[in-house]
Amino acid sequence: MASQIHFLDIKGKPLLSRDYKGDIPNNTIDKFPLLLMENEDQDNNEDYKPFINSQGINYVYISHNNLYLCALTKKNENVMAIIIFLGKLIEVLTQYFKSLEEESIRDNFVIIYELLDEMMDYGCPQTTDTKILKQYITQDYYKLIRQTSASSRTMVQPPNAVTNAVSWRNDGIVYKKNEAFLDVIESINMLINANGQVLNSEILGQIKIKSNLSGMPDLRLGLNDKNIFNISGHGSDAAESGATAGAAGATGKGIEMEDIKFHQCVRLSKFENERIITFIPPDGEFQLMSYRLSSAQFLMKPLILVNCKTKVHKHSRIEILCSVKAQIKKKSTANNVEVIIPIPEDADTPKFTPEYGTVKWYPERSEVVWKLKTFPGGKQFHMKAELGLPAVMDQEEIFSSKKPIKVKFNIPYFTTSGIQVRYLRINEPKLQYQSYPWVRYITQSGEDYTVRMK
Amino acid sequence: MSLEKKIRNFLQGPRKGETFELKNGLVSQYKHERKDAIQRVIQAMTVGKDVSALFPDVLKNIATYDIEQKKLVYLYLMNYAKTHPELCILAVNTFVQDTEDPNPLIRALAIRTMGCIRVSKMVDYMEIPLSRTLSDDNPYVRKTAALCVAKLFDLNPEMCIEYGFLENLKKLINDSNPMVVANALSALYEIRDMKEHIPGFEDLDVFTTNETVIKNLLLCLNECTEWGRITILTTLNDYQTDNQEELIHIIERIVPQLQHVNPSVVLSSIKAIIHHLDALRNQEMKESILRKLSAPLVSLVSNSIPEAQYVGLKNIRIILEKYPTVLSKELRVFFIKYSDPLYLKLEKLEIMIRLSNDLNVKLLLGELKEYAMEFEPSLVSKAIKCIGSVAIKLQSCTVKSVNLLCTLIDQRGGDLIINESLGVLINILRRYPGKNDLITLIVPVISNHINGIEDNNDTLSGYIWCLGEYPKYFQNTETLENLTLFVDDFLNYDSTIQLNLLNTIVKINLTNNNTYSNLLQKVLELATQGCENADVRDKAYIYWRLLSSDDTASQQKIISHKLPPINTTISSFNPNVLESLIDELSTVSSVYHKPASTFIDKNAYTRPSGASIPGSSKVKGSSNGGKGGIEDLTTMAKQEIINNAKNENLLDFDDDETDDTSSFNANGGSNGGRTSVLDDLNDLFAAIPQQQQEQQKQQPLNIPKGSNSDILSLFDQQPASSSNKPANKQSGNVNNDLLDLF
Repeated sequence: MASQIHFLDIKGKPLLSRDYKGDIPNNTIDKFPLLLMENEDQDNNEDYKPFINSQGINYVYISHNNLYLCALTKKNENVMAIIIFLGKLIEVLTQYFKSLEEESIRDNFVIIYELLDEMMDYGCPQTTDTKILKQYITQDYYKLIRQTSASSRTMVQPPNAVTNAVSWRNDGIVYKKNEAFLDVIESINMLINANGQVLNSEILGQIKIKSNLSGMPDLRLGLNDKNIFNISGHGSDAAESGATAGAAGATGKGIEMEDIKFHQCVRLSKFENERIITFIPPDGEFQLMSYRLSSAQFLMKPLILVNCKTKVHKHSRIEILCSVKAQIKKKSTANNVEVIIPIPEDADTPKFTPEYGTVKWYPERSEVVWKLKTFPGGKQFHMKAELGLPAVMDQEEIFSSKKPIKVKFNIPYFTTSGIQVRYLRINEPKLQYQSYPWVRYITQSGEDYTVRMK
Repeated sequence: MSLEKKIRNFLQGPRKGETFELKNGLVSQYKHERKDAIQRVIQAMTVGKDVSALFPDVLKNIATYDIEQKKLVYLYLMNYAKTHPELCILAVNTFVQDTEDPNPLIRALAIRTMGCIRVSKMVDYMEIPLSRTLSDDNPYVRKTAALCVAKLFDLNPEMCIEYGFLENLKKLINDSNPMVVANALSALYEIRDMKEHIPGFEDLDVFTTNETVIKNLLLCLNECTEWGRITILTTLNDYQTDNQEELIHIIERIVPQLQHVNPSVVLSSIKAIIHHLDALRNQEMKESILRKLSAPLVSLVSNSIPEAQYVGLKNIRIILEKYPTVLSKELRVFFIKYSDPLYLKLEKLEIMIRLSNDLNVKLLLGELKEYAMEFEPSLVSKAIKCIGSVAIKLQSCTVKSVNLLCTLIDQRGGDLIINESLGVLINILRRYPGKNDLITLIVPVISNHINGIEDNNDTLSGYIWCLGEYPKYFQNTETLENLTLFVDDFLNYDSTIQLNLLNTIVKINLTNNNTYSNLLQKVLELATQGCENADVRDKAYIYWRLLSSDDTASQQKIISHKLPPINTTISSFNPNVLESLIDELSTVSSVYHKPASTFIDKNAYTRPSGASIPGSSKVKGSSNGGKGGIEDLTTMAKQEIINNAKNENLLDFDDDETDDTSSFNANGGSNGGRTSVLDDLNDLFAAIPQQQQEQQKQQPLNIPKGSNSDILSLFDQQPASSSNKPANKQSGNVNNDLLDLF
């Protein structure tokens, strides 16, 4: 797929390279900085794209933490696969080194070479699962020497999992207490206009499992409504069966669960045919499934409503009036609510009078952050802020950047979609142990819970 | 110091410096020192220092039980084998031994590295280790050996076949382990691509799929890693079958993969399904499968890194062209997020306007207005253009869009907004020519704001066109004043403006009883004498001659001929391009929207089927034959169109092509028709400036679709017309087709 893979710094200088095929000259990558500059200079970034084609060679690259990861190929290869592979590479390396940046590449080149060798061979991606890789590409070098000098027989072997049908779990895992922790997490992304109307909203749900189970357990997960899946499988019938799935929806309407994605351990064909989620889990933490609900039908009003008015007094100060309301059930509480309000870059001398919570000014980010630790449902709070504006500017230009207000929050014991876990059956045919499943629900703000400013 | 000592010193190399230290470390008697030295050597290599001089010393460390150290030495070997091909042979023994090691990790490592040492002498020693590892008990070793066959083929294809490695590789397709199957497939693909360029191997039978192979692959599909799945899906995509039962079975097996978490698996599945959908006869089933594609398509843009989302969007655009309704309810998903990078935002706009329909247009316009108020200039101008595209696409919202544009001009203003909005408004006028309410709405806005615009060719030439097209709606003084200004500066303007100016003055003079005759005289003189651009000059001469003739009827008819209305400003692919892009979904060509043959080095890649793109030699060879010649011309034309495939470029080919065809056209015309042909001629010329203008905006009219089929039909018709050239009707037809092009 890819002939070469390079790690480059922000200027496009190679830090570490690996040639897989030898069909592209080694110095080809030297042109990359130049091409990158051309690509970025064109008309105000308009034509910036994560691909360059130059003299018959395709540069496919992604950027991460001031780094570029670039793959070269001469052929018309599967570019989606290349990009996803590069993304996976970042993911794996981040899990190995905590954070991937120039420094960590320089410090860990040996292990990166090893990983590159194991993850791709002759341009074909092989194993990209960190858990499996960690079993035989061990980071601690010196530990290994001691081991090997003691007895060369007990050398690291490729885990069977690499090539097994169950490529994500090794045999022989033992726990004293067999437990499985299930987290149902729903992230809300919402776009709200200045009048409090919801323009677009979606729920990104995920079910995470931490499995501390021995042997090769077979798990079966039951969710509260089978109809959820019936709908998703046959999009057209949504309207009709939507009504019957009513119980699942928070407000009594049907929910339309879209693009459910499963971890590779879930038997996809079994799900497709019988709508049953069965799987042998990997050991430790993993994300079992994710789903998306474009919740326009039943998430009509924002969970946390923000109203913000700004007044600019002639060239001298800016006044911000902000109110927040938690439009959730009285019994629930939202925790760690943060309202992040963008302000002009040159504002200074802040003065805050919050009714509740604390307000902080972050000049380096040009933001005012209003924090409310606990926020009972149905309550409303106000805040007033005043900042000085030293520079003379047109009123219009002050908010020309139009950065939206961002809101962060999390609400425990509550899912917006109403999804519930009915049962989690754990069955290990050989060991037959007793096991304990635990379930937790949480709703939180997603990456994009934003309110537009007037 | 004796001579002997001197020589010895010279041979031993320097006694200090990094290299010396490393050298010392490499031959140290302590294990950890040696290993440390190797590490430092690799580090120096990574930074780009040439440490090939240490080759013999590093090689000494190859025989070790420490797998980490072994890996490092192997890595060094791979990098510097070319500089010391002879010394590589010293490593062979270790390699061969390692392929017998009890540890499968080492066996695989050895065979993997052997393949990567691209030294021809090495190949001679590969026979035994490779055949041994190909039939290894451990699947991990087998899957590594499978890829090694492709590496060997690259180095020495004769040997690869002679020793039966290719046959062994084919057998691995039926291996019990899915990962081995996937790697064997990958290796076969590599070999298939490579053999095309190795003389004598073009006809090599590498890999054929049949029903049993496919059945086996379908079984593997569910048990493979994500990357293996992609390989298998590619194979399923290439497989052709007409057996409906089998087809349904294949599709049913692929559908579950749409729920995979890896977007590239999803996209490969979509590709394979779309590919097989054409052969499916059950219409109802086809529809229901298409519906299943919508959620996975959306998932491509909802949760992955931006670069992957971008690829997803580009592919969605192709798929939408083939199946426009597949995402009709999903407009909201493509709304721009504040945190999206710019290239993603712009591409999302492209998708949004394609999804617009009468039901969602209100929502969409509201969104587009928000984007037009953003601060990134390219996003703002694109958003305004999109408002125009929607207005032109959906008649129901035209007035609303025009009002929206007016509010934008009033509320926000600024050069950028006014420039873009005016251009868009003029385009809207061209979509609905002669609609009184629209004209009265738009013209005042244009004349109010045109004074601020100085250096925007598109908007200016659009304005000039408006002056000529709707003179009644402008005040006479304004028209005269501005036209005089333009004419005074005539030679400094871009040719687009010059052409439009010519057009307008001729037109306005004719409709207003020669009130502008001074201007007319001046502009014709300037254009014929002072202008360097041949198009402008020619056009001026044509007008001049026409105006000097007595035939007022034809003058009227030609000059006041209306431009054809614009149908859409949303670009689309021509059918040939679309067809090849659908086949190349998720590949590099899908992001450039160009078929692979146009930008991929032919020596690096040839289409597996080979048949779909005729070799250029064939075209040359038979071009002298009569009928064959025409056929070849058709294929050449098709090829040409595909080559110009990128929508923006489509218009470019009139640079070299239209010149030929239009001269042919003129010939046919002079022989044949009178008024009708002249009429067409005028149309042709009147259209050119406008068309060039469009081209600069990179926002072609709905040309692509129509144009190509027309060009093709031009060639189809040629046999008839060439045999009997002066035939009126024929050449008339040809002209019409050509003119439709514009």
